[in-house]
Amino acid sequence: MLEPLPVLSATGMLGSGFREESIYRALDLGVRMIGCDAGTTDFGPHLLATGDSQFSRAAVKRDTSIILAAAVRAGIPLVIGSAGGAGGDVNLEWMRRVLLETAREQGLHFRLALIHAEQSKDKVRELMRQGRVLPLPPSEPLSDFAVDEALHIVAMMGAEPVQAALDSAQVVLAGRSSDAAIYSALPLKLGYASAVCWHAAKILECGAAAVAQRAAPDSMVAVLHSDSFDVFPMRDDYRCTPQSIASHTLYENVDPFHLVEPSGILNTLESEYVAIDNRAVNVSGSTFELAERYGVKIEGARLVGYSTIILGAIRDPLIIRQLDNWLERLDENLKERLRNTVGDAAQHQITARIYGRDGVMGALEPRKTIEGHEVMVLWDVISASQGLSHSIAASLSHLAVHNPIPEWDGLISGVAFPFAPSEVDRGPVYEFHLNHVVYPDSPTSLFPTDYESV
Amino acid sequence: MSTLAEVAKLIRSKNAGPFWLTLDVMFDDRQTYEAVRDQHVLSVELISRLYMQPRECVRVFAHDAAMAIKVSIPRPHSSGSPMDTDVFGGQQYAPLLDLAVEFPRHQGHK
Repeated sequence: MLEPLPVLSATGMLGSGFREESIYRALDLGVRMIGCDAGTTDFGPHLLATGDSQFSRAAVKRDTSIILAAAVRAGIPLVIGSAGGAGGDVNLEWMRRVLLETAREQGLHFRLALIHAEQSKDKVRELMRQGRVLPLPPSEPLSDFAVDEALHIVAMMGAEPVQAALDSAQVVLAGRSSDAAIYSALPLKLGYASAVCWHAAKILECGAAAVAQRAAPDSMVAVLHSDSFDVFPMRDDYRCTPQSIASHTLYENVDPFHLVEPSGILNTLESEYVAIDNRAVNVSGSTFELAERYGVKIEGARLVGYSTIILGAIRDPLIIRQLDNWLERLDENLKERLRNTVGDAAQHQITARIYGRDGVMGALEPRKTIEGHEVMVLWDVISASQGLSHSIAASLSHLAVHNPIPEWDGLISGVAFPFAPSEVDRGPVYEFHLNHVVYPDSPTSLFPTDYESV
Repeated sequence: MSTLAEVAKLIRSKNAGPFWLTLDVMFDDRQTYEAVRDQHVLSVELISRLYMQPRECVRVFAHDAAMAIKVSIPRPHSSGSPMDTDVFGGQQYAPLLDLAVEFPRHQGHK
């Protein structure tokens, strides 16, 4: 019979914050590990492409300093996954420096493991040649070209590399990881049932996001038993309900009943969610089906170009009612202008988003009519250099403001620019272009680990 | 006759990874949830039409324990890419708000 195992999730994302007393409260409950996810793809491809962190260094350091001190002083493991935002090597090193700085300031000593998730292009090409890379819907099979274009490629580790690191390290900084692997690694290692570990980990991965009404990010504890787990928040004013916990399988998942991890699939079709009291919920009945082949997701980002944007608003109903034609004529005028300036060969892409019509939903907007009395046009010019994009945008904004309509005779000024200059250089822009699964030699083979004594 | 916006506790959309969009329609009483579920207010056919997606790309789930209907579709453009209009995918649920729900009598309304 396994002892109840309490596990703490500090918060949904390192740097998003939690109350310090929530951590101490969890320590008083005897939690056996602290975990925290530090990354996401939510903010866009730039974090992976550039190695930047979404939250400021100060915000990440504040959260790290509290959980690191708590774990080291309590003698329990700390696992931080998807370190630094995207979990590539640049992100991981950034996170390592933040961690070492706060360790030094607080006089904390421990054994640290750094698990790398960044993949070299050669490694990915080799796996590709061996037929070990398959596309995930809705993407195409991986091409050499896509691999060449990638600025960074990371693989999303499962629980096994974290488990291996926990053999000899108290603090684990993992590169890109499955969010749930942060929390499932230790319980799986201690022999708790896979379904209990993975389902509890799935709830914990977002911190207090699974409470009924969350005011701000905070901590959550799960207590694992042999065939079920309990989950409850650390803040007194938060509560978990069977519905709030059941609903969490909906969040950011395509299919709420089949949650895919590298080693298998958590099946929640028969899960039961029962209130223990007015703020804790017991979850049982989930199952875990082992995958036939162990597969990890890879993510990659590529440079698309350099963007210059223009915001321009239109109030004249005569222009608004013929907006598409007006834009078409503007496009023709611009083409002629560009032939005479940057030349035909200058590859570029211009999109015009119409706020007040379909700016928010784009291709998914079912109502493609303008019902208001003003619209905002957001032009985005993307080309291979910032200078070229800016030059095209400058011609575009000038032609736009005087673009005529038949109803008015003479020179008009038909666009209200809210800013001067009206062209705003946005720098390099990126996109996620890998959405594939790879089948490695072993669960740990893509994730080399360095150890150091701090 | 009521609209989904009137009877749901929460209607939301969000990325499910950078390549998928997922929409959740959540209820706070079982009767309303079951009425929406059993009337197939959110059917594959309807979502396919409303969001202009081939039927085979649309996935619809009824989650009894969460009292929620979930819809997932591929994103037209990956999150944060140049053609994307909504990085978090958070504002893609508006077409669901006015869908009609019928109740036998005056039951389960807000």
